[in-house]
Amino acid sequence: MSGAPAPAGGGQARVRLGPALARVVPALARVVPGRVPIGLVLAWAVVGLVLLWAAVPGAFTAYDPIAGVPADKLRPPGAEHLFGTDAVGRDVFARVVHGSVHSLSGALVAVGVGLLLGTLLGLLAGAAGGVADAAVMRVVDVLLSVPGLLLALTVIILLGPGTVNVAIAVGVGSVAAFARLARAEVVRVRRTDYVEAAFGSGGRYPAVLWRHVLPNSLGPVIALAALQFGAAILAISTLGFLGYGAEPPTPEWGLLIAEGRNYLATSWWLTTLPGAVVVAVVLAAGRISRSIGRERA
Amino acid sequence: MTRYLLSRAGQAALVLWAAFTASYVLLQLLPGDSILIKFQNPELGLSPQQIAEIRAYYAGGSPVADYVQTLLGFLTGSLGYSIDTGAPVVERLAEALPETARLASAAFLLAVLIAVVIAFAASYSTTSWLRGALLSVPSLFVSVPAFWLGILLIQVFSFRLGLVPVIGGSELQQLVLPVLTLAVPISAPIAQVLARAIDQVYAQPFVPVIAARGATRWWILWRHVARNAVLPTLTVAGLTFGELIAGSVVTETVFGRAGIGRLTEQAVNAQDTPVMLAVVVLAAAVFVLVNLVVDVLFPILDPRLKGAAA
Amino acid sequence: MSLLEVRDLAVSYDGRRALHGVSFSVEPGEVVAVVGESGSGKSTTAHALIGLLPGNATLDAGRILFGEADLAGWSQRRLRSVRGSRIGLIPQDPANSLDPVKTIGAQLGEVLRIHGERDRRTIRARVLDLLARVGLPDPQTRARQYPHELSGGMRQRVLIAAAIALRPRLIIADEPTSALDVTVQRRVLDLIDDLRAEYGTAVLLVTHDLGVAAGRSDRLVVMRDGRVVEQGPTPAVLAAPQEGYTERLLSDAPALSERPFRDPPAGEPAIVVRDLVKEFRVRRRPFRAVDGVRFEVTRGTTHALVGESGSGKTTTARMVARFATPTSGTVSIAGAPDGRRFRRHVQLVYQNPYGSLDPRQSIGEIIEEPLRNFGLGDRQARRARVADLLERVALPGEVRGRRPRELSGGQRQRVAIARALAVEPEVLVLDEAVSALDVTVQAQILDLLERLQRELGLTYLFISHDLAVVRQISHTVSVMSKGRIVETGTTRQVFSDPRHDYTRELLAAIPERVR
Repeated sequence: MSGAPAPAGGGQARVRLGPALARVVPALARVVPGRVPIGLVLAWAVVGLVLLWAAVPGAFTAYDPIAGVPADKLRPPGAEHLFGTDAVGRDVFARVVHGSVHSLSGALVAVGVGLLLGTLLGLLAGAAGGVADAAVMRVVDVLLSVPGLLLALTVIILLGPGTVNVAIAVGVGSVAAFARLARAEVVRVRRTDYVEAAFGSGGRYPAVLWRHVLPNSLGPVIALAALQFGAAILAISTLGFLGYGAEPPTPEWGLLIAEGRNYLATSWWLTTLPGAVVVAVVLAAGRISRSIGRERA
Repeated sequence: MTRYLLSRAGQAALVLWAAFTASYVLLQLLPGDSILIKFQNPELGLSPQQIAEIRAYYAGGSPVADYVQTLLGFLTGSLGYSIDTGAPVVERLAEALPETARLASAAFLLAVLIAVVIAFAASYSTTSWLRGALLSVPSLFVSVPAFWLGILLIQVFSFRLGLVPVIGGSELQQLVLPVLTLAVPISAPIAQVLARAIDQVYAQPFVPVIAARGATRWWILWRHVARNAVLPTLTVAGLTFGELIAGSVVTETVFGRAGIGRLTEQAVNAQDTPVMLAVVVLAAAVFVLVNLVVDVLFPILDPRLKGAAA
Repeated sequence: MSLLEVRDLAVSYDGRRALHGVSFSVEPGEVVAVVGESGSGKSTTAHALIGLLPGNATLDAGRILFGEADLAGWSQRRLRSVRGSRIGLIPQDPANSLDPVKTIGAQLGEVLRIHGERDRRTIRARVLDLLARVGLPDPQTRARQYPHELSGGMRQRVLIAAAIALRPRLIIADEPTSALDVTVQRRVLDLIDDLRAEYGTAVLLVTHDLGVAAGRSDRLVVMRDGRVVEQGPTPAVLAAPQEGYTERLLSDAPALSERPFRDPPAGEPAIVVRDLVKEFRVRRRPFRAVDGVRFEVTRGTTHALVGESGSGKTTTARMVARFATPTSGTVSIAGAPDGRRFRRHVQLVYQNPYGSLDPRQSIGEIIEEPLRNFGLGDRQARRARVADLLERVALPGEVRGRRPRELSGGQRQRVAIARALAVEPEVLVLDEAVSALDVTVQAQILDLLERLQRELGLTYLFISHDLAVVRQISHTVSVMSKGRIVETGTTRQVFSDPRHDYTRELLAAIPERVR
């Protein structure tokens, strides 16, 4: 279905690209199924906004995320306080905005750890083959057999709680996924005719690896990194919720929701709205990941 | 076939042993003395005899001897003593396991049900917007933090609608919200894989051939497509078993239920390494066993693998 | 009255016309062949007849008169009563046209169950009957087996059995033998002929293979770009095509062309293969894929290795190109150095031109790569060389910046040839290099290869399953079967005076004219 041309009424993007180009770029035909992918644009907008929150929180809110105004406690959402206020009168929106830097940097560290370690392991296994491959894949099997959260908790017992430790713990949990995917991709690409043809044109091993195997195997890995970015935000907020992340006055997202639990019966906004922000960011990361996966496929 | 079974079982045992060893080494990196000091805490109320027993258990000779002793203990069902309470870890696990088993099995069944309904409805719907909407449900489900979903459910069903009492209530009433909380994130990968598998089977050349024999859409979906799509779905369903145990940590904490998850949380807070080791090995064992069963089922469900497995 | 009459059929994919007013008819008991190259709309036509177009296609206009009824206006529900019972379908890809997880018996019985038969014993008896009727030995066992346990030819027989199960009045055969080896192809076509004679069923034979169409049909419908170019009684169309396109198709079809044989000039051997053996381990048992193969290729000539799938021809080619190491025996290539520099002397061109080009590189980068690998010339010299190579394979200079997916199949194969020529090799190993291409494109690539051989004095080892193509391009031929060479000689000798039974069988499977 995807290879077939889109409907005639199908949007100006296609017309501008020219029918020939649109026909031969299947990725475009899929990303642009006759119209602008609103979901994808929205996803980038969400991620962009949250990145701005992390970079310049002061531009989005004038309230102090730590010091509250006791007189204004537990106000429901309104024009003055977008997400309402908490039990000590802090603006929840300000706390969410200022908290984004913790979640995002944590997720970045986690994805960095998983991407670097996992991809390296996977590349090694896939490129070397033989004993190295078997050994690395057994390690991956072991890592996969322990659920990510338990692995993270084990790392936390060892390193103790804290934002950086949590990020590392979550990253270690995603090593197996990256390693497996990277290996599978390298093995797939290595079997293709064009890699053999590259050796056939006199290419040496490192050159073929660098010129053909790497660029063609990294696409899905990058898509996984985007997906894991969302997953890491989830995992970090979960660990924060359980109390292993940042210390209490810090406006970390998971912690924020945990604090709101005590006012469930009366103040729904304390848990619901920060949680909704987490959902939006994770959803956006997933959507972006899918679009990368398709483009590179 | 026997050869295949044996090699799979051997691999599973190897993975399990490696998981045990890795977590043992990790957790053993904690300074050992601090563990023994904890046991002498008078608040635990242990008799001098008990302390001597525990000391004998933990204060072995060389690290290697300790490791071998612990490994043998695990093989014979003796998992050491909890640092937190001094009780044998086996007892604490045995207390917690039934609760979690009930929660997890119910959640798994519900997750499969949700996944099947979403995937089938999406593949059977002819309108593209409905199909798109249904297919985006799993992406939403994986994006929801389980703890937040639990809180939201309590808020809506207990506080707003008053359908489920916050405290008390029947066994069933107490189970409904936790099961839902645990099932939703787990249903997502199953639904995604099932939906994708259904799409892939539909793209197979044999589908239009069956249609050309006069079969209805439902006949094709039910008798051919579903049967073929089960295979990849089974694999992913097996992989979610690990997540069930991890998810129970969050769910049991949010709903204040006793169980393995709660035990894990306590173990982390108290740096109770023997309990943590036992939980990790239990999770790995469940995961490895379930996936062993999946591996064994595969050649039975897919005749093409029979030759390869023999 | 005609059995089937298609009038001004128009079909669109996502609003773009794919069929522009197609009309033809099929009389009872007649075989009508619809021929055309890929994209001609022949398969779309076949699927439109039974209402099985993909979801993004619409039937815009036209009538499909089947007996009294106009199927074009029918709902899916009504069409289902016709499908399988009055119109049967034989699909093109026997490997993937059966449900892999159900037994042969269950799938064959399904046709009867869909159309209302409930009695298990009746179904079972009919299934065994049908399996025997399509010539499958031991129907009891076959019924219990799964598709992967049967060979391609046997699977196609099962699919034919399913198509004739309810004795339909029309069978649509959509490229029924394209995926099969030539000898199997012939037997399957014979079976369809027999059943037609027995049941008086009409057959609509959709094929890209003019040889098959010419030998098996009463009437020909030639399609191109969604239109019927020409139609008429088969002998008349073949003898005197009215349209230029039909004429070109006929002259390009290797099976129908009457080119003179290429007789080999005398000269030094460029490739000498002696007692070549390759063993693989299949389920712990050794299996000889290549078993004592020996042949010589004279410099500047083309030697063809012909055989069906599994004959060992590709393995032999890969050993000659040093992508596989022989278990024993030798390949010597005159003047070829050892090690990496061997690649400057011998180059391999693959069957699938898309798979052998890195999708992320531009055409310019692809052709330049061997030059970079061997450090031939500076950047400017390499650019000039790429331009020169593009010209040599008759590609416009502007393709240089494009990616492989932006080119057609024929263009991609030209790029692959240009890359192979970049290091000025003496020997080209062509592994089914034209098999994936349409006949008119195939003819162009064959012409190109011939010209390059003349201009550059190249030696070709040409691997193919297609005897008709081999007849056109090669000077000498080795026929392979089960890892051995059963016959070697000049193309003229092998084609006009075959010595071995297997060669005769292969030749019998291609149409008269070539022989």
